[in-house]
Amino acid sequence: MSQVQIQETQPDFIIRSRAALEDNHLQEALEKAGSGFVYKRQAATERIGNFEQLRDQARRVRARALQHLDLYLLHFEKKVQQAGGQVHWAETPAQMRELVIGLCQEQNAKTATKGKSMVGEEVDLNEALEAAGVEPQETDLGEYVLQLAHERPSHIVAPALHKTKAQVQSLFRDNHALGERALDEVADIVNEARAVIRDRFLQADVGITGANMLIAETGTAAIVTNEGNGDLTATLPRTHIITTSIDKIVPTWEDASAILRVLGRSATGQDITTYTSFFTGARSQRDKDGPDQFHIVLLDNRRSELLGSEYEEMLHCIRCGACMNHCPVYQAVGGHSYNSVYPGPMGAVLTPLLRNEEQDNQLPNASTFCGRCESVCPVRIPLPGLMRKLRDREQREAKHANASTLAVKLFCRLSRHPALYRKLTQFSLKLVSMVRGQKPRFKKLPLMSDWTQHRDFPAPDKGSFQSQWQQRQKGKK
Amino acid sequence: MTETPPKQSERTLQVGLFVTCPVDLIRPSIGFATASLLEQAGCDVHAPPQSCCGQVAFNNGQPEETRALAWNIVEQFGEYDYVVIPSGSCGGTIKTHYPELFNKQDERHRAVVEFCEKVYELTTFLTQVLDYSPAQAGVDLSSQTVTYHDSCAGLRELGIKQQPRTLLKRCANLDVTEMQETDVCCGFGGTFCVKYSDVSNRMVGNKVNNIRQSGASMVLGGDLSCLLNIAGKLQRLEPDNPNRVQVRHIAEVLAGELNTPAIGESSSPVEKGE
Repeated sequence: MSQVQIQETQPDFIIRSRAALEDNHLQEALEKAGSGFVYKRQAATERIGNFEQLRDQARRVRARALQHLDLYLLHFEKKVQQAGGQVHWAETPAQMRELVIGLCQEQNAKTATKGKSMVGEEVDLNEALEAAGVEPQETDLGEYVLQLAHERPSHIVAPALHKTKAQVQSLFRDNHALGERALDEVADIVNEARAVIRDRFLQADVGITGANMLIAETGTAAIVTNEGNGDLTATLPRTHIITTSIDKIVPTWEDASAILRVLGRSATGQDITTYTSFFTGARSQRDKDGPDQFHIVLLDNRRSELLGSEYEEMLHCIRCGACMNHCPVYQAVGGHSYNSVYPGPMGAVLTPLLRNEEQDNQLPNASTFCGRCESVCPVRIPLPGLMRKLRDREQREAKHANASTLAVKLFCRLSRHPALYRKLTQFSLKLVSMVRGQKPRFKKLPLMSDWTQHRDFPAPDKGSFQSQWQQRQKGKK
Repeated sequence: MTETPPKQSERTLQVGLFVTCPVDLIRPSIGFATASLLEQAGCDVHAPPQSCCGQVAFNNGQPEETRALAWNIVEQFGEYDYVVIPSGSCGGTIKTHYPELFNKQDERHRAVVEFCEKVYELTTFLTQVLDYSPAQAGVDLSSQTVTYHDSCAGLRELGIKQQPRTLLKRCANLDVTEMQETDVCCGFGGTFCVKYSDVSNRMVGNKVNNIRQSGASMVLGGDLSCLLNIAGKLQRLEPDNPNRVQVRHIAEVLAGELNTPAIGESSSPVEKGE
């Protein structure tokens, strides 16, 4: 995992994003993926016609689920037990790791196939499994590529979005005994991965997947995939473990449908993903296949603290990734710049709330508040509004004010007195006008090098609007 | 004899002009163009002492400072029939966010909400309140290729999309040539552009590429801040090209005031910046 550690040595968003802007492979990959998601989502929402109503409906489902989260969770647990499964509660990432490792060790598991689970990533499950002698084998193509590369996901739906085709080919050449097999086409790459992964499905002792939703009504976990790897991970091994978080609950199947109607369309522009699978309990006597053991490990990790708080709406998130697909900052710097499992606008809110390390304060600041994320969010989370609240929190809790905060405060205090403001600004403009001569703009300005490093700045007029207006009004009288 | 007060429709509308700090300090011509437009449209224009709407504090974790500035503006501009702003960004701060800054327990809440109902961004005011259409276009730009940048707050907080295009047709006989990704942020973002200057630079670089690829000789917009960013980048990339894309605020075009040099340009066609 050496590469992961290199990334983690530099937590600062500004430094990471600067490196990302200079990474040609990353930029090539981002450019290739970028607008595709946007156009596909657009087309899907136009095809259905009433997408705005579907968004409202999905939002209501999420709000209701959270309003009575405790009741639905307990009902969910009861139903899982009735179906021959077990629910385990993990308050912290460490508890989730212990629980999953314990379940694997009960089965004397040597290998575990894995479907994509962002909660698994959130708690660093792979590293913990390896350390405990259980070999994690990723089966989602993107996650498989990243496991070979020893890297983290950079996107919650397309984890290897930052990798170019050439980089994947080179990884496979280094790690697979290719022989005569070709890797030129995307289909060749997929087949190559399939050949390796297929055997693992059959031999794994345990299958670990995530879940997109937990349906309280019947104790069912729903998983959407496009590769079918989730089904094989869940049904072939003797034990199926689901790692997910408490906020994924929806009350009924009807509610789950409301979420599914917006999820695929928002994420990839699909009306519905290729596979939508529902798992209820362990294999019963009537079932021809399925796991003998069915475990659901539910992570809290501070989510319950968000209930009833000014940040509660963040728990509405259904992890479609539309916010990052439409975010000009994410599109410029990629997911790794955020130094978190959750990148982009949703991550810029969630990371400071769940992890809350000092450097996480950068994330909600690294936004222009352009609002494009909120305009596409399928459950209408006010992402810029939540980022603004986190900026307020940062300032409230700051031990000492930095220079830019003081500058903002000073400007505001001056602005409270418009007459004084007018006089002072007019005086400064006169000064500027004396030094600027006839130049129409500046290539360098003191105190504004962050601007003039990249762009010119126009020379201001001889006087402010207010002073000129005052002159004009006097002239009229 | 009792005097009957004139009906709203018979009385000249009294409009308070809030020019915004960038216009006040960097490009007053936009303020004068706005005033001239409003006068052409039959309003009396007033510009009382003014400063910042509070956006810079609001977006930098200073809600208390914002509230103080917001209440200042409510008091300074409360007497007018309407308050008009040549900016979707400052307009959005006032119209969308002032009400949430004064919650319902605050005795000022109602006054703030009522005030915000009178506040309009310029192009929305001209189209939706006045349905402004001059007898004849003040300038004719029909032979020019002109593109339009939809600034984010205007677009997404105030729904400004069609208004400027309608007015450009009516006032300048112009059909806008749309660029790719016209609704994607230019990377200005207030303090973002200096705090995250490299990311901002990439974003404005993308914006400028789209502008150039549209084939336009001029780009217009409704927010000076975005336009400063875009003009500054265009000029940095092509300092010696006399035919580089010109950048202007829509108010200047609508008012027919094209004698002022475009943003950051000199009156003579080629002059190098410092």
